[in-house]
Amino acid sequence: MTTPTAMLVAHKERRRATRTRSIKAWYRNGSLMAGMIITGLLVLVAVLAPVIAPYSPITQHLTDALQPTSPAHWLGTDKYGRDVLSRLIWGAQVDLRVGFLAVLIPFVIGSILGGIAGYFGGWLDTVLMRIVDIFFAFPFYVMVIVLVFIFGSGEFSIYIAIAAVSWVSYAKIVRGEVLIAKKQDYVVAARLGGMSHARILVRHIGPNVLSQAIIYGMSDIVMDIMAIVTLGYLGLGIAPPTAEWGSMINDGQEFITTHWQQATIPGLVVVVTSLGLSWLGDGLSDLLSPERRK
Amino acid sequence: MLHRLRFIPGRLVQSIPVAFGVTLIVFFMARLLPGNAALAILGQQANAASVAALSKQLGLNQPLWEQYFLFIGRLFQGNLGTSLTYQIPVSELLSQAIPVTLSLLGLALLLALVISVPLAALAAFRPGSPRDLGVRAFTLLGQGMPQFWLGIMLILLLAIGVPLFPVGGYGNSPADHPYYLFLPSLTLAIAMCPTIIRSLRSSMIDVLGSDYVGTARSKGSYGAALFRGHVLRNAAIPTVSVIGVNLGFLVGGSLVIEKVFALPGLGSIMINAIFTRDFPTVQGVTLFVALFVVVVGILTDVVYTMLDPRVDLSGKENA
Repeated sequence: MTTPTAMLVAHKERRRATRTRSIKAWYRNGSLMAGMIITGLLVLVAVLAPVIAPYSPITQHLTDALQPTSPAHWLGTDKYGRDVLSRLIWGAQVDLRVGFLAVLIPFVIGSILGGIAGYFGGWLDTVLMRIVDIFFAFPFYVMVIVLVFIFGSGEFSIYIAIAAVSWVSYAKIVRGEVLIAKKQDYVVAARLGGMSHARILVRHIGPNVLSQAIIYGMSDIVMDIMAIVTLGYLGLGIAPPTAEWGSMINDGQEFITTHWQQATIPGLVVVVTSLGLSWLGDGLSDLLSPERRK
Repeated sequence: MLHRLRFIPGRLVQSIPVAFGVTLIVFFMARLLPGNAALAILGQQANAASVAALSKQLGLNQPLWEQYFLFIGRLFQGNLGTSLTYQIPVSELLSQAIPVTLSLLGLALLLALVISVPLAALAAFRPGSPRDLGVRAFTLLGQGMPQFWLGIMLILLLAIGVPLFPVGGYGNSPADHPYYLFLPSLTLAIAMCPTIIRSLRSSMIDVLGSDYVGTARSKGSYGAALFRGHVLRNAAIPTVSVIGVNLGFLVGGSLVIEKVFALPGLGSIMINAIFTRDFPTVQGVTLFVALFVVVVGILTDVVYTMLDPRVDLSGKENA
């Protein structure tokens, strides 16, 4: 597990670390390669789910319920006789898609608000930072669970809930970066050249500060996948019978004494996914940090 | 000592807008429910009389700002409304659950420190060594695991595989509680560890490289004495604030863990309330948790000041 605040701290540490790290070719970057391979394979599995999954993830065969592992069902079947491997494969599609998409809205909203607050400063900045403080008081899961409750469970509510909670981190990061960037010579020069604030913010400052938000976004995807899996486990996520890792763990917990693998394996898949994405994020942070080019 | 705590009144005043913001958000949550909030809470098949009664209880017929002041007014009287499911005051439900959640958090924090301090020290004394890498692998894995799944795995290993601990529940007598709380606390502790270890390790490395540790070493201090006397307290300072800011998130995590271990704390109440659409209870738990986070923020600053005499939060630049 990780927390938004812990992620912000880790993000800063990585940022400091990258300043001193020597320049490496991207393909020699171990964590980037490991992350790319694991994440790439998972995405491939998700995309190819209709082709490679041996069975339908939702069709029930009640006569084959709770089968042990066998050549026909490599990971056995669940209480409705559905093939566990097929459900894992189709689950990758759901969990990865929601994880990646959920990051986009808070990324855009947070970056825009943080950028404006940092650039213009003054009362706008004060008000926005107060709002950020208020949102930080609500623990991630509490807020997400309450919002999913309000909007009803389902994919759309998950996007709204995650967006409402995580925009604050992007706003904080981008604001901090803009505060540094706006004092740089190139911004002063652009201003003297008569450019509008909007153009400076979008064309000049934007590209220089967004890399940090993108790097944070990579660890945020891990966090969002954890949230989706947790909501699925609590029965508040993607509605059944859709295959989803969290609800698979919940289904498996019922049979923990007799079929321990039913709850164990989907969790292991989540661990591998988050390791892959974390490594990818670390690797990207090496690659994208502008300090590297000095 | 006491003069360093001058900042507390100012810090409290600073927290007031945040606390009000929190109540405002919790208040507007009810307005976000689609359609008539009373109808949304009671369900479509509710009869007109009960909808009217709940509308009156929620004050839905008055202007919004008046409703908010009503809400705040009740709040100051400790009135969080009545649970729709249990028909008892929400505050009563909370007062039964809060001790459970707080003991879970307390024990988890204790266990987390017991695990983290030695591991961080192992890693920090030889950065880059195999044992440092081992600790890093542990933190990486700890971060990658969904908390509730870790809980299930601990049940599988330590309650079913080797039946050392109960599978769930809170026990019947107060003497049983710590025994029943151990596995859930361990789960939460392992989830907390990566953050604490990472912070402690990096500050220990900083401290170990400092002049005063060099001086202590040259005077013949080494091993445990050096660690206790010079390293730990100084390295603990940044970690205190790391724990403080993350404690709020851990409250959120503990709510999910309670569901795994069937503990009758705030999380179980909240999740049950969500399934029974018991909105006043959901609102009450949310409000309590958010205000708890604000208070923990203040306490963190107090501990921070006590640990590090150089920190003076009463100064204007820190306000």
